[in-house]
Amino acid sequence: MSRTRTERLVNLVICLLSTRRFLTASQIAATVPGYEHDPDDPRDHEAFQRKFERDKAELRELGVPLETGTVSVFDTEPGYRIARREYALPDIPLTPDEAAAVGIAARLWQHAGLAAAASSGLAKLRAAGVEVDPQATLGVEPLVTVDPAFAPLTKAARERRTVTFSYRVPEHDEPTSRRLQPWGVVCWRGRWYVVGHDLDRSATRCFRLSRIVGPVRLTGPSGAYQPPAGVDLISHVARWYGPVEHTGQATVLARPGRAAGVRRWAQEVSKGPDGDRLVLRYSDPCGLASWLVRYGADVVVLDPPEVREAVIQRLKEVAARHDTAGPVVAAGRSP
Amino acid sequence: MSGGARNSADRLARLLNLVPYLLARPGIAIAEAAADLGVSEKQLREDLELLWVCGLPGYGPGDLIDMAFDGDRVTITYDAGIDRPLRLTPDEALALVVALRLLAETPGLANRDAVDRALAKIENAAGELADAPVAVRLPGNSDRLVALSGAVERRRALRITYYTATRDETTDRVVDPMRVLVVSGHAYLEAWCRRAEAVRMFRVDRIDAMTELDEPAAPPPQAQPTDVREGIFQPTADLPLITVRVGRAARWITEYYPCERVTRGPGEEWLVSLRVTDLDWARRFVLGLGPDAVAVSPPELVAAVRDQATAALQAYAVPTA
Repeated sequence: MSRTRTERLVNLVICLLSTRRFLTASQIAATVPGYEHDPDDPRDHEAFQRKFERDKAELRELGVPLETGTVSVFDTEPGYRIARREYALPDIPLTPDEAAAVGIAARLWQHAGLAAAASSGLAKLRAAGVEVDPQATLGVEPLVTVDPAFAPLTKAARERRTVTFSYRVPEHDEPTSRRLQPWGVVCWRGRWYVVGHDLDRSATRCFRLSRIVGPVRLTGPSGAYQPPAGVDLISHVARWYGPVEHTGQATVLARPGRAAGVRRWAQEVSKGPDGDRLVLRYSDPCGLASWLVRYGADVVVLDPPEVREAVIQRLKEVAARHDTAGPVVAAGRSP
Repeated sequence: MSGGARNSADRLARLLNLVPYLLARPGIAIAEAAADLGVSEKQLREDLELLWVCGLPGYGPGDLIDMAFDGDRVTITYDAGIDRPLRLTPDEALALVVALRLLAETPGLANRDAVDRALAKIENAAGELADAPVAVRLPGNSDRLVALSGAVERRRALRITYYTATRDETTDRVVDPMRVLVVSGHAYLEAWCRRAEAVRMFRVDRIDAMTELDEPAAPPPQAQPTDVREGIFQPTADLPLITVRVGRAARWITEYYPCERVTRGPGEEWLVSLRVTDLDWARRFVLGLGPDAVAVSPPELVAAVRDQATAALQAYAVPTA
């Protein structure tokens, strides 16, 4: 079927682009090769109508802007045409370096669906006469992976439709079902988030796309809501996971030549007989303590007492938890 | 959509593109066009044959798409009105616009200005479709990336001071840069490491110092770029497998590290198995999780965690000046 069908569809596009009047299905059948049938034979006519419906659907799927209308108010049968203005890609006068940038951009998706969309978009630009240098580079290659929820969420945000999905936070045992009016999707520090209005909590919420389990379902009509004017999506994510100020200052003693990971963050280093004194900036004493515990006996916190105590407390707990599970017992228990 | 229907849709899209593509390149060699369009020469000839019988109603000689062949070269002489490609679909506009935004946000990029200009033009052409509900922000040290990508471009060897987190050590080494990439929010220098005599991926935020050398970069022929599509760190079966039991507060490790096995429960605790490049790293890892985790295996890891915690407590027992 494919060749004749493709041929018929190309002819249909050319025919509808060339007409300014709306053409009815029967006028199209009488004109475009491949639609020949006997309109008086009900079965034949029905077969034609099915074929024509399928063809229209395929053109719309491809993004061909098929207009429907009637020639005059007295017509009852709808007609079809394609407005050239709506069909054609507008002229995009890209300079060679701009075209190279688009070519590089089109390659950065590591996701099959987006990669295919980017390359078919690029093919259209090239068909419009844009020359893309396939060898061009910009020095740094970003490779972008996206979660499966990306496509349905961006579609929903664009169409302003409500979504439902199941969301699993590792700290919780069961996923929860969420209803969200998505405003947009954000890539922040290499992770993807969706920001929107959570209908169950009546509040703005961000969700990490990688924590969405199963499908994202679009429900309800398009245009169901309006995101706040001028909403800054990134600031919403940054507020939840944002940078913190390092107002605290701690001093630790590091064994000579050890704890390279701690030394890298030291504001000051002074050598002493018992090791090197490192001055560190921090925001959260517990966070600093759990990080320093990693280095075991290689670092000893001198100051402040709250960090020192937190480290000692953690070390005691770790020692206790691993004391009962000694090597022999652990080997016996291991799966 | 079935595979067959998909192919037919792809072919229709290709044919509608082909006429304007050839119109813009009169006299192009068929082999060149085929390579450029990513189809075989045979396929391209079949596409041209199909287009040749398509055209305006009437379908007479003056109505059909026409082309002139000169040896292996082709020129469209009549386009029947499909002289422009179809506008971008919403998905195409989204994929291009978001990719350009990501590029524009990539630290250390050469010719960012061209990216910004291209983005503005594509957004303009795509109209409301370009109003993609996607915002991006990538972190990174631009100056360092500019210096690194400059070394790649100039093909110069680098001396770097690098912090290896798996071994908790900082070392100096000479590397032959191959490329700079940004994956999952981190920038990396991929280079041939003369010390390790292997291709290594250096995380840019762990390069503590660098000097560009006068000598040229000379990665040997066996230095091939790593396939990073599945992630930068791809654990292999020859690496040690560790198992830890984690409480609620340490379950985040399952999102952060590639895990081989996660058994949820019974109760609050999860049993997590993952491959590590170094057992010393695993010891620091378990210590860092503190009271929220306990190492289960291998036994030497359990012993190392316990011994290290005990030794550290002894260090605290000694009064310090």
